[in-house]
Amino acid sequence: MKKVFIDGPISPEFISESIRKHQTKTDIGAHNIFLGQVRADVVNNKTVAAIDFTCYEAMANEILTDIREKAFKTFNLTCMHIYHSLGTVKAGEICFFVFVSAKHSSEVYEATQYLVDIVKKKVPLFGKEIFEDETHQWKTNK
Amino acid sequence: MAVIKYFGAVAEITQCTEEHIEVKNETLSDILEHLFKKYELQQLPIHIALNANLVSIEAETAVANTDEIALLPPFAGG
Repeated sequence: MKKVFIDGPISPEFISESIRKHQTKTDIGAHNIFLGQVRADVVNNKTVAAIDFTCYEAMANEILTDIREKAFKTFNLTCMHIYHSLGTVKAGEICFFVFVSAKHSSEVYEATQYLVDIVKKKVPLFGKEIFEDETHQWKTNK
Repeated sequence: MAVIKYFGAVAEITQCTEEHIEVKNETLSDILEHLFKKYELQQLPIHIALNANLVSIEAETAVANTDEIALLPPFAGG
């Protein structure tokens, strides 16, 4: 099982290092990246300052293994990486990073959309949206 | 003893993330009915996982003392 969960925000340095590591894989002709960022939503005049993510890791790891297998069967990918934050991620920071690589561009667009949607729908992650006044609400995906 | 795990908004209501219960002949639906009443969870949209696999909330599934039952609020990754 590849490491998916990262404590705290996913740093720009981590993302750039991920890109750099692929420069030795010269059979790749196309990368596509999706970055999910914590949004400072305003709800009832209160602004979201951060999201605290938790996860049912035993179940999440099984589901992510299935998602990986299905993605490789469905799309002609060279490699793929999924990372998601656990713990507190402030507004403006990155909490979700999907990185898909293939020989050609058409495959990576479709695969990225598939992965983003299925992770949001199937992986047991929970987000507590913490407002600037330290009250909170539970995040729901649209 | 079977392990019951609570996550997110559910854990906030139960005020614990895990508890252990002695299972005799109860089915999964018996256990859930008891927990839903105990913590007044009836109004929450909850998914149930048995040993890390999603199952129907009405499942008449037998439960063993080695099993893990998770009560999961709506998923919110991304």
